[in-house]
Amino acid sequence: MIRKIIAFLVVFYFGYILYSFIAVNFPFGERPLKGVAAHYVDKGIEEEGATNIVTSIVTLYRGFDTLGEVTVLFLAATGLGLLLAGMKEEEKEKPEPTLIMETTTRYLFPLVLLFGTYIFIHGHLTPGGGFPAGVVIATGYFMMFIAQKQFKPSEYLLSATESFAGTLYVIMGLLGLALAFSFLANVMPLGVPNTVFSAGIIPVIYIIIGFKVGSEMTGILAHLKEA
Amino acid sequence: MNNLILFMGFGLSLVLVVATFVVWLSKDLLVAILGSAVVSLVASIFFLILQAPDVAITEAAIGAGLTTGILLYAMKKAGRYEDD
Repeated sequence: MIRKIIAFLVVFYFGYILYSFIAVNFPFGERPLKGVAAHYVDKGIEEEGATNIVTSIVTLYRGFDTLGEVTVLFLAATGLGLLLAGMKEEEKEKPEPTLIMETTTRYLFPLVLLFGTYIFIHGHLTPGGGFPAGVVIATGYFMMFIAQKQFKPSEYLLSATESFAGTLYVIMGLLGLALAFSFLANVMPLGVPNTVFSAGIIPVIYIIIGFKVGSEMTGILAHLKEA
Repeated sequence: MNNLILFMGFGLSLVLVVATFVVWLSKDLLVAILGSAVVSLVASIFFLILQAPDVAITEAAIGAGLTTGILLYAMKKAGRYEDD
């Protein structure tokens, strides 16, 4: 009980500090945009062609940060794989998945994959993007891991997809460096905003990130399942 | 319309606080994990009300989906009940 009270106090203390900081510095709904934030909102669509401004910030204006994030995720997945590599599950009788679970997941799985694909293809038009889409796809695989007895994606294929997508991402960045003298510059034509084929390299990058995050997260879940 | 959102916000805050207390006090870790998934889900609805759909979709996918799965695998390894 003492432990729980201490945990509560620590969380409460940090929450209080965060709240007081934000309440003093960022009054709710009263801060007019200044500096780069105003530039992103005013000129974002015109410069990069993506109607979802968050997307153009994440992949282009702050694209280098995203590359760092992807690298961190890759290192985390690799480290987990290394840590759990030697572990093998001791054989014990697992509860059989029921018929309802098995049938439902079999029919739901393609729909979940389709939804994830939709999110990353339309990342520059609607909310979402490569990261959440990859996680949605991994959640679909997680569902299959739980409900189907002999469902096992090829580990080789997962790592191959992951590495290939990561390399392609860096190549897209270097293409910008070669053609426009800026890493991850928007080198492709912008097109008409609000259509699928618009916003230059944003859809390409989000498709790459979607594949990468999806295969990485599925790999993490597969490793955890076997440990 | 505004009143409706305010009313919904009060209801959701109540759910959030109750779920947090369940996570905090429960000795059954399965209940705690499902409670934290509920916290994430309600948080993602709040993000949507505050007009941050990008954050909402990420919170729903990661907080309510993937984290729950990873914690469930950890629980399978570590045992279901917390010992005091």
